[in-house]
Amino acid sequence: MRDVLLWPEPVEAAGTMGRPQARGRFGEYGGRYAPESLVEACREVDEAFREAWADPGFRGALARLLAVHAGRPTPLTPARRLSEALGVQLYLKREDLTHTGSHKINNVLGQALLATRMGRRRLIAETGAGQHGVATATAAALLGLEATVFMGERDIERQALNVFRMRMLGAEVIPVTTGSRTLKDATSEAMRHWVGATGDSHYCVGSVVGPDPYPWMVREFQRVIGDEARVQCAAELRTGVPDHVVACVGGGSNAAGTFAGFADTPARLVGVEAEGGAGAARGRLGVLHGCRSLFLQDDDGQITQAHSIAAGLDYPGVGPEHAHLRDLGRARYVTVTDDEAVGAAVRLARTEGIVPALESAHALAWVIRATGGGELPAGSTVLMTLSGRGDKDVSTLKELL
Amino acid sequence: MTNPTLAAGAVERHLRARRDTGRGLLMPYVTGGITPGWTDYLRAFAEAGADAIEVGLPFSDPTLDGVTIQQAGDTALARGASTRRILADLSAVRDLGVPLVVSTYYNLVLHDGPEAFCAALRRAGVGGLIVPDLQVHEADELTDVAAAAGIELVLLASPATPQPRLAEISCRSRGFVYAVSLMGTTGERAALAASAAELAERIRRVSDRPVLLGFGISTPDQAREARRHADGVVVGAAVMRRVLDGAGPDDLRAFLATLRQALDQECDRPR
Repeated sequence: MRDVLLWPEPVEAAGTMGRPQARGRFGEYGGRYAPESLVEACREVDEAFREAWADPGFRGALARLLAVHAGRPTPLTPARRLSEALGVQLYLKREDLTHTGSHKINNVLGQALLATRMGRRRLIAETGAGQHGVATATAAALLGLEATVFMGERDIERQALNVFRMRMLGAEVIPVTTGSRTLKDATSEAMRHWVGATGDSHYCVGSVVGPDPYPWMVREFQRVIGDEARVQCAAELRTGVPDHVVACVGGGSNAAGTFAGFADTPARLVGVEAEGGAGAARGRLGVLHGCRSLFLQDDDGQITQAHSIAAGLDYPGVGPEHAHLRDLGRARYVTVTDDEAVGAAVRLARTEGIVPALESAHALAWVIRATGGGELPAGSTVLMTLSGRGDKDVSTLKELL
Repeated sequence: MTNPTLAAGAVERHLRARRDTGRGLLMPYVTGGITPGWTDYLRAFAEAGADAIEVGLPFSDPTLDGVTIQQAGDTALARGASTRRILADLSAVRDLGVPLVVSTYYNLVLHDGPEAFCAALRRAGVGGLIVPDLQVHEADELTDVAAAAGIELVLLASPATPQPRLAEISCRSRGFVYAVSLMGTTGERAALAASAAELAERIRRVSDRPVLLGFGISTPDQAREARRHADGVVVGAAVMRRVLDGAGPDDLRAFLATLRQALDQECDRPR
């Protein structure tokens, strides 16, 4: 089987998922490979984030926003019927129940609050599935900021509902017509736009990618997922810590946030990528969008187009910390196909009454396959982050089912 | 103190020598592989009075380029252009009498590794290298490798660069200092940005290395104005828009001659 890798024994937990090393490095990955025109802006974000993250006032204000606006903490739901069928104990961290319907709001509220602290009046964002765009538009409206969201033309067609939501929230949605017209091109266009707007705008990167400090900062804003789940698991699970912690990975923000809560435990961390967007599983060392990491490339070094039924996983690379966790053997990265993800989405809907986002369905698809293939022995405890709800994918699913 | 001209590479010596005669420097750009006979543009550029020629290696995700250079890159890639093929084309070009400077994004440098990349540049007769997404504090890995291969690694300075960092960039850059005239991407603009003059002056205060202003310089008037503040200009999008519109080497020779003339007129005036 292609995904079977042996775990190092014991699982190496020390020294991972703390602060990045000097110059924003996670092992050999990360860094600030930004054009000179953006280096000063990155430094300002870095300085502002370090101050804010050490400031109890900022942490308190963010915690309150997450509670009263985003609906945190999110529950840990035991998936009882599915667990019984699979022979494992599966728990779902319910990011689908946050305001706007995905984990993206955690990061965006953090960055939007930081932007106001920095005196910025506008947020720039890229979006794939539209979840990060909707979250950005929401946070901007909440804090009285403007929002400009770049979205690939192909994703605009696939996610028309989210485009409408963003516009209703007062955001400007700019279609990106270059390249594959998906997330990678939207990210390039957002970066180009930021070069000309650093004075008054904050680039609200949506995943654990981009130039330093973004991969670290976004993981810190997302670690609320893992921190909450850690406490909830301690209360709920007989073992305290789950045997496996599973999350889907596009750029990898919900996985990074989830893993951060368990990096210092014996839990096995599993990132599930789309078969057609497997940066961590099949990428090659490169530099794109400001960081050094693993990217899908052709023999000439051109970045190739990712293909996934889940627009949020349609990214040809992976965040630098995931590349590092892979090299360390601290986390492993596996892939599932579109069909497996769709099957998992339907199964969750019919056994637990939850329609997951197709992105999150990838994580579940691996759990289902791994229980059948013996990688998840009977009786294992599994924490899976259900990163978003499936409403946005209903029209895609309608075509298929 | 060492004499910088002694340590300078061939590109820098060439540019310094021309500058020291009072000449305004002109570096036109072409996307490698844009047309079947694309190297004919190089000859035309040299004949029109270019002092160096920039050859872009197209990349799938050019995050610092505006629509014109993006389109040029996409067109070249669609034609099957690659680092290997473009450098093979360059190897076949007879000596142009002016240095060749390659520009590309760092992913293409890393693809076969900086050493193999720089060695390939050298074999193709290239003297300089510009990597717009490689800032000075990430450049260590490439700096020594490039120097060992005889490739001058040109660093970029931006209007947002603070002064101490500008000194570091100017000091560590080789060949010349690429002064990005404005906070934006490559592409033609209606007027030279006000930030251009200030940046060029700030670099001059800390370095006597040649300073070329690039981004948005599209017309003879803009070249003339840029020349008042810097040693010369880089002209990319204005060239590539014409190429994309079907202009051949002769058309580009005529266009660049107007820029050459503007720069020559400006240098006759007291500075």
